[in-house]
Amino acid sequence: MSKIEFTLARNRSGRLVCTLADGSVHANITPVRAFPLAAPNEGLALMSQDGHEIVWVDTLDELNPDQRALIDSELTGREFMPEISRLNSVSSFATPSTWSVTTNRGTTAFVLKGEEDIRRLPNNGLLIADNHGILYLIADRKALDRHSRKLLERFL
Amino acid sequence: MISASPSSILTLPDRWQTEVAAHISAGEAILASLELDLDHRLHFQQGLLLLSENRLLACEAGSQGVWKSWELRTGLRLQHHDHAGVATLELIAQEDEPVLLASWRYTLEHNVAALRLIEKFDKQVDAIATGLPPETEEFVACPTCKALLEPGQEECPICTRELHTPPSTWTLFRLWRFARPYRWQLLTGFLLTLASTGATLVPPYLTMPLMDEVLIPFQNGKPIDWPLVGMYLGGLTVAALLAWVLGWIRTYILALVSERIGRDLRTTTYDHLMGLSLEYFGGKRTGDLIARLGNETDRINVFLSLDLLNFATDVLMITMTAVILFSINPWLALVTLLPLPFIAWLIHFVREKLRTGFERIDRVWAEVTNVLADTIPGIRVVKAFAQEKREAERFREANQRNLAMNDRLNKTWSVFSPTVTLLTEIGLLVVWVFGIWQIAHNNSTVGVLTAFLAYIGRFYTRLDSMSRIVSATQRAAAATKRIFDILDHVSSVPQPVNPRPMPQVTGQISMHDVGFRYGNRSVIRNLDLDIQPGEMIGLVGHSGSGKSTLVNLICRFYDVTQGSVRIDGVDIRSIAIADYRRHIGLVLQEPFLFFGTIAENIAYGKPEATRAEIIAAARAAHAHEFILRLPQGYDSLVGERGQGLSGGERQRISIARALLINPRILILDEATSAVDTETEKEIQKALDNLVLGRTTIAIAHRLSTLRKADRLVVMDRGQIVEIGNHDDLMAREGHYYRLYQAQQRNNAEIVSEGDNE
Repeated sequence: MSKIEFTLARNRSGRLVCTLADGSVHANITPVRAFPLAAPNEGLALMSQDGHEIVWVDTLDELNPDQRALIDSELTGREFMPEISRLNSVSSFATPSTWSVTTNRGTTAFVLKGEEDIRRLPNNGLLIADNHGILYLIADRKALDRHSRKLLERFL
Repeated sequence: MISASPSSILTLPDRWQTEVAAHISAGEAILASLELDLDHRLHFQQGLLLLSENRLLACEAGSQGVWKSWELRTGLRLQHHDHAGVATLELIAQEDEPVLLASWRYTLEHNVAALRLIEKFDKQVDAIATGLPPETEEFVACPTCKALLEPGQEECPICTRELHTPPSTWTLFRLWRFARPYRWQLLTGFLLTLASTGATLVPPYLTMPLMDEVLIPFQNGKPIDWPLVGMYLGGLTVAALLAWVLGWIRTYILALVSERIGRDLRTTTYDHLMGLSLEYFGGKRTGDLIARLGNETDRINVFLSLDLLNFATDVLMITMTAVILFSINPWLALVTLLPLPFIAWLIHFVREKLRTGFERIDRVWAEVTNVLADTIPGIRVVKAFAQEKREAERFREANQRNLAMNDRLNKTWSVFSPTVTLLTEIGLLVVWVFGIWQIAHNNSTVGVLTAFLAYIGRFYTRLDSMSRIVSATQRAAAATKRIFDILDHVSSVPQPVNPRPMPQVTGQISMHDVGFRYGNRSVIRNLDLDIQPGEMIGLVGHSGSGKSTLVNLICRFYDVTQGSVRIDGVDIRSIAIADYRRHIGLVLQEPFLFFGTIAENIAYGKPEATRAEIIAAARAAHAHEFILRLPQGYDSLVGERGQGLSGGERQRISIARALLINPRILILDEATSAVDTETEKEIQKALDNLVLGRTTIAIAHRLSTLRKADRLVVMDRGQIVEIGNHDDLMAREGHYYRLYQAQQRNNAEIVSEGDNE
């Protein structure tokens, strides 16, 4: 597939503006990954303000560096799924339980409402939703340290 | 309102106190604050945003104490939006085009504070623009739900009801709540246990004189003293009979009690479950809930009636035996009881191993039942897509996991009992050795040794059965926890503390600034709608536009996360739920019929309805005739999903059901979309009877069915985009026009295809 013909820019109110090859201009563009978990680098859509797809990108690699930089910066401010590298402590083994964790985005604490908020992913991965709906990722629970694994086991 | 005094700094967290004090000038009052917990790269960092009377101050998250400030002026506004649990607050200056001055990130945990800050900010900016002092509110409203707060009340009780206190680990003791009504029976049972255990300890004691005073003297040439033998043997018989009778009564009483506790536990849990909101049921799987109510209450029951009882008996037996042994021969007793600490240690060791195991087995077991609960209702889909093999595989896998988990646990478990037996044997050996040694030195008698051997034979079997309490307790504790997980769950649609009576309503509904969030997805935003009594409203929009959610909010299946829904000017959260729902008739797309007769199904919402009322409702719903055509008329049985009745027939029964309770508010959620056009006409006639004089909210996919609506409300992505009647909306050529055109084209295509055939 050929390079997609569109240009991206950021306007003064900090929003992305997309200009298509046909000259149409769309402000307030949001990049959205189609498979944020399964295939983050494949399938990216630029959605307009009213939720319509403006541009579809098959893989992020087809983007030119400028587009890529803008999209990446927008995604970092939008995608939030801290990856847990260690469970420091849990307040109790019965839910709701407050977990103190170290993530790739710093340490924090969150409340796990129930065991059913832990979703299993392929390859020993786990996706944990807290009481505010923030998702925390554990890429491979077998790779955690012993302490974390021991705490985690009690919830699985 | 928070008074403009420096004391309001005190509401800030401690770690900010000194820093804030250094950055605000003396006498500058903080009006609102927002703790920031994310930086721009979305890393967890601390930051703070403050609003004073004339400026906005920010310590950027992760900036290590760098403060920035913006003077308040006209044209400034704060704008917030959120995605996936992260909210962004933007400070925007309105010049010739909006310019972004700054932005901050925080998790939704701080959303309430953010909303409060925005509200204050707007007031201050308005005050600067108009030159008037900001209006002080007489009532404080919760920034999230807009419910009025009591003066001085900082947090909204409705919003903070979700408490995050975990249940105590001593869950088993919480069963006392259910045992309390039966405490006297329990005490009787305990005393009987004490007595019967005492009785069982008599026979070994009597073997001692039998041996020393009768048998050994006989071996040494003395004749047997028959009256003495008769007395001892009589004592043995009486003791055995007494133990039998007492044990019988005890077991009977306690079994009765435990069954009653089990019944109470089940009914209480079910009652509580029924009171929980739809949100709870949405997040749980049917198989899991059924397992909890069925198996787990049963397990608790067995624990209370059998395991705990046996354990009490065991402890008593051991204590009493120990006392007797010491009274007979302290040294021999000491040697006999020596293995006890080892066994206690062993029990403790295994307890640690088994503790987590049983809970995990329970969860894996729930997974097995979940596969069943998933596939059996969906069996048509499974078969249609020929996925039987895959589902069988899924079930096999779940079973395999269950097996693996059990295997792992059994490894520990299986070594346990034989070890106890081994220790018993060693204990016996020790007693033999020490006993013979003592007899040889004339410190003891054969009778004493026999009695000891008889006692500790029982003693160690007791320890063995006692060890079973370990697993039983763990299982029961796990089961109790899972039951209390349900009981501790507070309904997210709580009953008001002082409900307002609502005997009559006119059916006037007003929604003000309504927002609803499902998980981290905002489904409905800033929605305002007033519905007059008796008005018929048609809700239209694409699927996913929030129509059904809106209806769920009006029914109070969910509570709004923002704003309020009022009926006759009363917030529906202040009315008792049952009281409120009595005024609502609901006809769903997929009518659910319970197992029972047609008459029972029609009278579901009003069980005391007379036959005449039922028939009148059925007539009005155009269901009377087809019911009469059934072999047993109104007494015909209908199944779980109403087998044997067509979709339209089931729908008309559910309309009759709604008609019978004569509600002021009627909600039709795609009531006609699942049936063909012919049936739809029938249903439409039934519905026309139903809507007369009632406030009606109808969702329909086919716009033609909403012709009778007084107003059409067009929704798109959680917001109302257009309101008006058909002609107005067509003239406006907006959303509705496009929807209508699209449907017309579809219909035309269907018709033309039909012509070509």
